[in-house]
Amino acid sequence: MSGCLAANDWICPEYVRSRAQELADATVQHVWITGVSVLVGIAVAFPLALLVRARPAWGGPVLGLTTVLYAVPSLAMFSLLLPVFGLSAALVVTGLVLYSLTILVRNVLAGLAAVPAETREAARGMGYGPGRMLWEVELPLALPAVLAGVRMATVSTVALTTVGALVDYGGLGTLITSGLKSFFKAQVLTASVLCVLLAVTADVLLLGLQRLLTPWTRVARARSSLPIPERRPVPEPRPALQERPALQERPVPQERPAPERRSAPGGVGKAG
Amino acid sequence: MGVVGDAWTWLTTGANWQGEAGVWHRLGEHLWFSGVSLLVSCLIALPLAFWLGHVGRGGALAVNVSNVGRAVPTLAVLVLLTLTPLGRHGGVPTVVALVLFAVPPLLTNAYLGMREVDRAVVEAARGMGMSGGQLFRTVELPLALPLVMTGLRLAAVQVIATATLAAMAGEGGLGRIITAGFHTYDTAQVFAGALLVGALALLVEGVLVAAGRVLAGHGPNGRRPES
Repeated sequence: MSGCLAANDWICPEYVRSRAQELADATVQHVWITGVSVLVGIAVAFPLALLVRARPAWGGPVLGLTTVLYAVPSLAMFSLLLPVFGLSAALVVTGLVLYSLTILVRNVLAGLAAVPAETREAARGMGYGPGRMLWEVELPLALPAVLAGVRMATVSTVALTTVGALVDYGGLGTLITSGLKSFFKAQVLTASVLCVLLAVTADVLLLGLQRLLTPWTRVARARSSLPIPERRPVPEPRPALQERPALQERPVPQERPAPERRSAPGGVGKAG
Repeated sequence: MGVVGDAWTWLTTGANWQGEAGVWHRLGEHLWFSGVSLLVSCLIALPLAFWLGHVGRGGALAVNVSNVGRAVPTLAVLVLLTLTPLGRHGGVPTVVALVLFAVPPLLTNAYLGMREVDRAVVEAARGMGMSGGQLFRTVELPLALPLVMTGLRLAAVQVIATATLAAMAGEGGLGRIITAGFHTYDTAQVFAGALLVGALALLVEGVLVAAGRVLAGHGPNGRRPES
């Protein structure tokens, strides 16, 4: 009999070995709840984004509503859905879908808005109808932004699924809360680590999918002379001081997205 | 809609607002935890972000810390902290967890705000002979303010939500009304608690959005940086 279970250590291989089935079941539940939520989220976000694009007047209410939903704490969101769904997985999935909409609708819209007008003109000139244009021209070009949104939504959904433990459909979260009740440290730590690993794995897999589906973005980045990399798919919030786009071009051309800022002008900093 | 009516009855019953487990006490705990944590987070994140943004270093750290934060389940951190020796001091795990989740949005947005200040403006200010401190106070900070406020709003919403979850780790706060309702199979109380939490979150969000608008109105656009 190993000592780590009896000693209630944080790290306990014996626990992982003896409860492998329980851990696997919880992980499977976690994955399917996350997966279904993101897929339903995508299925709802697309029509919403298309609606907003077709009727810009709806943009304010739709985006405002999804922002408001996002501000509602998860515990409250799941509780508010309780009278409708009862203690069920549908409750957790619905709550997660509502959260994912905030990110997904915005990114689908940003992706569609980033399609160059001349590309649309060209497609129209070639006789593309609206449906075919959407499917064959706009969606492929919007894909980088859409997939970036799907990645963000998936990672945060993996983390939020744990709160489903409130109604016993929280995947690994259920193990975390039951571990708290019995002060079972190994169970809490193992489930938490698995949860983070799940989020990282999902992120890496989706990044791979993104690379696979949009090979042109990498080519474009390599040849920075092309106009495509100038089009940022997801516009950063830049509220004030936007009235000088001309000045934007003046400094060194490579001074574009945030990560590269580190190498920005040397003279910044120290004394005057 | 029986539940809504029952929840209304629960909310309008004075006894539910009084005492240790009453709404007022839980709301007080909630606001106390949130306020302290937000203050501590600002004290940690903002100076660091301003300094990194001013000298133009550590961008990858400041930006990625948000992405990492998103992957970590709040509930797991709360429960893990409760099980550590910290858990013996009531409230400490909550505050630590709240700070951990409030720092990333503050840091990232304040840093981006500083870095998004037009380089031409910074160069011009330097050319006018401003020192680093003057540059920061009169140029960079006012121009970065809108994004700093965005970060503050995101952090506040995050803190309110996390403070609610603290109830699942056995701590106080408004979430406790919800979890207590779950334990006693009292759907009306669960629903009423959720309404209170939702209202608080939206109120905080609304107030900070309005504050951001007011600041932006009187900030860089309304009043020019003197000198």
